[in-house]
Amino acid sequence: MSSLQPLLSIRDLKVHFDLGGGDVLDRLMKSGATRRVVKAVDGVSLDIFHGETLGLVGESGCGKSTFGRALLRLTEPTSGHVMYRDQDLAHLSSRQLREHRRHLQIIFQDPYASLNPRMTIGQIVGEPLQTFELARGEDIERKVQELLETVGLSKRFIKRYPHEFSGGQRQRIGIARALAVDPDFIVADEPISALDVSIQAQILNLLEQLQRQKKLTYLFISHDLRAIRHVSDRTAVMYLGKLVELADAKTIYDEPLMPYTKALISAVPVPDPKIEAVRQRIMLEGDVPSPINPPTGCRFHTRCPFAIEVCRKVEPKLVEIKPAHFAACIRISPSQPHIENVPPGEAPGLELSTTESS
Amino acid sequence: MSSANGQLLEVNDLRTYFETEDGVVKAVDGISFRLQRGETLGIVGESGSGKSVTNLSIIRLIPNPPGKIVSGEVVFNGRDILLLPPAEVRKIRGRRIAMIFQDPMTSLNPFLKISRQLMEMTQLHLGHSKAQAYEHAIKMLETVGIPDARARVDNYPHEFSGGMRQRVMIAMALSCEPELLIADEPTTALDVTIQAQILELIKKLKQETGTSVILITHDLGVVAGMTDHVIVMYAGKVFEQAKTTELFARPGNPYTRGLLKSVPDPTAEQGKLYQIPGSPPDVAHLKPGCPFAPRCERAEEICRQEFPPFVALTADHHSLCHFAEEVFASSEIEQTHE
Repeated sequence: MSSLQPLLSIRDLKVHFDLGGGDVLDRLMKSGATRRVVKAVDGVSLDIFHGETLGLVGESGCGKSTFGRALLRLTEPTSGHVMYRDQDLAHLSSRQLREHRRHLQIIFQDPYASLNPRMTIGQIVGEPLQTFELARGEDIERKVQELLETVGLSKRFIKRYPHEFSGGQRQRIGIARALAVDPDFIVADEPISALDVSIQAQILNLLEQLQRQKKLTYLFISHDLRAIRHVSDRTAVMYLGKLVELADAKTIYDEPLMPYTKALISAVPVPDPKIEAVRQRIMLEGDVPSPINPPTGCRFHTRCPFAIEVCRKVEPKLVEIKPAHFAACIRISPSQPHIENVPPGEAPGLELSTTESS
Repeated sequence: MSSANGQLLEVNDLRTYFETEDGVVKAVDGISFRLQRGETLGIVGESGSGKSVTNLSIIRLIPNPPGKIVSGEVVFNGRDILLLPPAEVRKIRGRRIAMIFQDPMTSLNPFLKISRQLMEMTQLHLGHSKAQAYEHAIKMLETVGIPDARARVDNYPHEFSGGMRQRVMIAMALSCEPELLIADEPTTALDVTIQAQILELIKKLKQETGTSVILITHDLGVVAGMTDHVIVMYAGKVFEQAKTTELFARPGNPYTRGLLKSVPDPTAEQGKLYQIPGSPPDVAHLKPGCPFAPRCERAEEICRQEFPPFVALTADHHSLCHFAEEVFASSEIEQTHE
């Protein structure tokens, strides 16, 4: 499956959106207490390995899409590094970046908004070929036809317009466009969320088949834990701009460590009435706080059933609690991985978070 | 035809058609079901299957033109809603049958305070005075779990989050203690942790008030946890109808079976997902046979020629399929092998 060579190494990536506010001095200094800054992605470090599917899951506003877009510089990162083939994508000039863009593509959520309604399918899928000068003249048409067949569409569709297609077919067109430039890496940003249930399985299968054929690496972004569990090799969980847990997809689903992940998994309805009838849900109180002024310390402490006083103050680090299983929670540690067994008021992982920060 | 035996609603052979440039769209084409008091009925289907139009027809909210309820009966408490004069329907709508919709953002008036929108309901239907209605609005917000309700009742919708807005919608829907609550994809726009809260709230309020619920959703997981009976719709028709536990354990229709199999099972190993080929049909141009035939793994020549019969598999399990009994029997075998 995945070799141990990272394709992308992301280090301390931050994407902050400045909403303005504050007085003149604050504005000049680009800081200050009264300035309103959305910390959409706030210091995420992560390796994405060759040939793997990394699932990125979280609720709306957690920064998962911004993270995906920042990797491709569709949204400019505020700071941090995105290492790809010994280059830092986050700091390349736009001309240098162009050479690499070809290898990094994206598939969008909304198949209605992501295709230009005035272009034919042939023009949409052929455009990247022209942009990167990968084909000319009749070659373009031939390649587009090949691409359409690769994603399970008829090559006769080449002269048609997006409105003539269903949601599932449009998503296939979006996939064909991403594949046109023969990429290594694809960010799939909620690729099935807008589709009907019977179509979702088709697109998931297509993405998996293409991955095998073309040795693609995916960052699969979704709020749907069932889909994430199905497609990904490893899963990362985000909450309010921070990575809170990272492990093998099966492990995260079967033995989550972080209280947020547990609640998230427990909230997913299971299509089996017998299981649903006896299930005990971990209910979270309240809403996801605003990322403008995120809670101090652990950002989850306002909703966490296990939060204690110190959780408000200390920002937890992502620590390897079990082999290859990382979680950001000061109330657990490698010797005490199960939060239910930790005595009340104790924070065995506190030291790990405070020593590493100094 | 009466409301005896705790039967609240009976829909018989309901047909709602839309005139379009493309021809007549038979959005709902011969739907029948019954709903007992205190029961939750799930209606599942993909987009365009007619599940929302069914429910808009029940409360006569079909825009005419282009839509028209062509035939059928909607017997609510012994009276056919489709035969009532508009003024009578307005007395039922909101008062005895309430609805909540998918998008809580567009269902609330952004210019009016929450209090005003909640008070409107009880002032109109229950004849509350302003003061009474205001107190009632606060009480309802407390019921649906809005913290600090007295302070927040005079907020505007934009000051609430998505989950809180859906709570306000539920408060509004339940403020006149309706006998039937129709919830059309109430959690589709919400995050999973918020979805769990809202579903739990609907369950709890249902237990407390004894309201019957029709829950429209595309999510089989939501149906599994919330409903007593399920209707599976496809292309404007009821494809399968059964008790929820029965439908999931022993589906008697290839479409239902396909849907159940195509949802990723988190407890199973990864691998190729079962997929239903093709896409849902264009209801304006249906061919004579079974509308699912082009996508069906069991389809034979007869399916493309003749419209399938609605087969009774057990007393309360029906399936629209030429091979319903065979599919049902094979589901049963799978079930015993597990």
